[in-house]
Amino acid sequence: MSTEPDTVAALAGRQRRLALRLTAAMMAVYFGFILLVAYDKPLLGTVLRPGLSLGTLLGVLVIGAAWVLIWVYVRWANGHYDAAVRTLRGEP
Amino acid sequence: MPAGIGTPHPVAIAFFFLFIAVTLGITWWAARRTRTAEHFYAAGRTVTAFQNGLALAGDYMSAASFLGIAGLVALSGFDGLIYSIGFLVGWPIVTFLIAEPLRNLGKYTFADVVAYRLAGGPVRMAAALGTLAVVSFYLIAQMVGAGNLIRLLFGLQYETAVVIVGVVMLAYVLFGGMLATTWVQIVKAVLLLAGASILALLVLWKFHFNPLALFAAASARYGAGVLAPGQLVSKPLDAVSLGLALMFGTAGLPHILMRFYTVPDARTARISVCYGTAFIGFFYLLTFVLGFGAMVLVSRESIQAVDKGGNMAAPLLAAVVGGTGFMGFISAVAFATILAVVAGLTLSGAAALSHDLWVNVVRHGEAPEKEQLRVARGATVLLALLSIVLGIAFKGQNVAYMVGLAFAIAASANFPALVLSVFWKPFTTRGAQASMIVGTLSALVLIFLSPTVQVQILHRASAPFPLSNPGLVTIPLAFLTGIAVSLLAPDAKAADAFAGLQRRLHLGGQ
Repeated sequence: MSTEPDTVAALAGRQRRLALRLTAAMMAVYFGFILLVAYDKPLLGTVLRPGLSLGTLLGVLVIGAAWVLIWVYVRWANGHYDAAVRTLRGEP
Repeated sequence: MPAGIGTPHPVAIAFFFLFIAVTLGITWWAARRTRTAEHFYAAGRTVTAFQNGLALAGDYMSAASFLGIAGLVALSGFDGLIYSIGFLVGWPIVTFLIAEPLRNLGKYTFADVVAYRLAGGPVRMAAALGTLAVVSFYLIAQMVGAGNLIRLLFGLQYETAVVIVGVVMLAYVLFGGMLATTWVQIVKAVLLLAGASILALLVLWKFHFNPLALFAAASARYGAGVLAPGQLVSKPLDAVSLGLALMFGTAGLPHILMRFYTVPDARTARISVCYGTAFIGFFYLLTFVLGFGAMVLVSRESIQAVDKGGNMAAPLLAAVVGGTGFMGFISAVAFATILAVVAGLTLSGAAALSHDLWVNVVRHGEAPEKEQLRVARGATVLLALLSIVLGIAFKGQNVAYMVGLAFAIAASANFPALVLSVFWKPFTTRGAQASMIVGTLSALVLIFLSPTVQVQILHRASAPFPLSNPGLVTIPLAFLTGIAVSLLAPDAKAADAFAGLQRRLHLGGQ
């Protein structure tokens, strides 16, 4: 193991930036939903189709967003990140 | 009371004994493989990503989620969904910020990570305080819930039910350690997911497999209001505060964090959260169907006639769509759910007592393997007794707020210190200590001063603190305390060690 620490620092920086951006995205989606629940109840009660209110649809989409954001991160980490880690560890 | 509720049903009893027999068999198998502290706390780090994903789901999907949220949706419609969603959105945060650092920097507890480049003793004492506070409140909520539920489902006495849960859980953890606990979680998660899926399919069958037809039937019967936000979240800031606690509390729950030590490496930890979130999200989507199904097929009036809080909505729904035999199966699943969650909590509490306080503070990290294992088992017995005593002491109390409190403490005491220690170079020992202590105490004090305790429990006219969950105040407060204290008294040694932490975090131990 003989790699320059600043390369690890560069990888760490990239991981941290992505992690914080995705965290911010999840917070924006979720608190956007919560603020609508809190401040605009009639809007969420809008019935789009019989049985489907805007609130229910957005709720399902928040769960969907959580899945998508995790998928984005895991895809990046399993590919890009793990390859960089292998190089830094001096593995083929 | 409808048939089957409150009287021991033969199918329920048969499934219950089958579950106990299988899980004790697993415990016997696991006990022969549990010889070191690493086995006891971390299952020898041999759990696969898929297995850990199921076990994470098992640890997280408590009876409160299954019975509580189904009941909440049945009684208040859309408002119940807010909880379903809130309990899921913490998982991306766990994936992005927590899972990999935990696996690469720690050994058995989250305090290992915070203590990595800081002074171990003071950090671990503060972390143990936070962990034990979270575990105690979560345990009380589960034990009281267990006592009530089992009384309703099987007709057993409250105290008997609490003692049974305590003793069976003790057997899992004491003899089988993390290996047995992991497999109990897996069995429970599979049963719960299967039971809830079958129940949802039976409901949807009546609506031509169209959930919208179910929701439309609900709004035809109880008004369009069931599909819109209602009274449950009447104050906007309350909704935001609860949301914060749910989101960041998940990333600070000690029994969840501990699971990341059971896998072989950081990559497996990351993939396991992916599986876990898929299972948990799927389960919370099912609660939409179960809740509205119970509302339409059982009716709110019948649900409340059995239990005011609505906790019996799912078992009653099972009786309507699948007969009393199926209800027996669902009841046994609910019991298994409680047992598994309580076992996970006890193990994480025992790790804080024995690994953090005894081995690392009292013995300065120099304890022989045999002693570590002995102390861990002693701590397990102590916590099991404590949970039985607390369960009986809180009989008849309204403990619904305690899960929210556990999440608020986890989000304020554990999460800020964990994130700052991994991502913020200037963080210091004193900063970590102050952040965890202020997080724990402020959450405890503000919950006591909140309307939840002052108005609902103590029946006072008003409360000094306006929010029913303290997260909005205590999470930023814990972050600011940690940052301010670190900046006021910088620690060059801790900052210098940051490069080493990053190296270990990303490249792993070898």
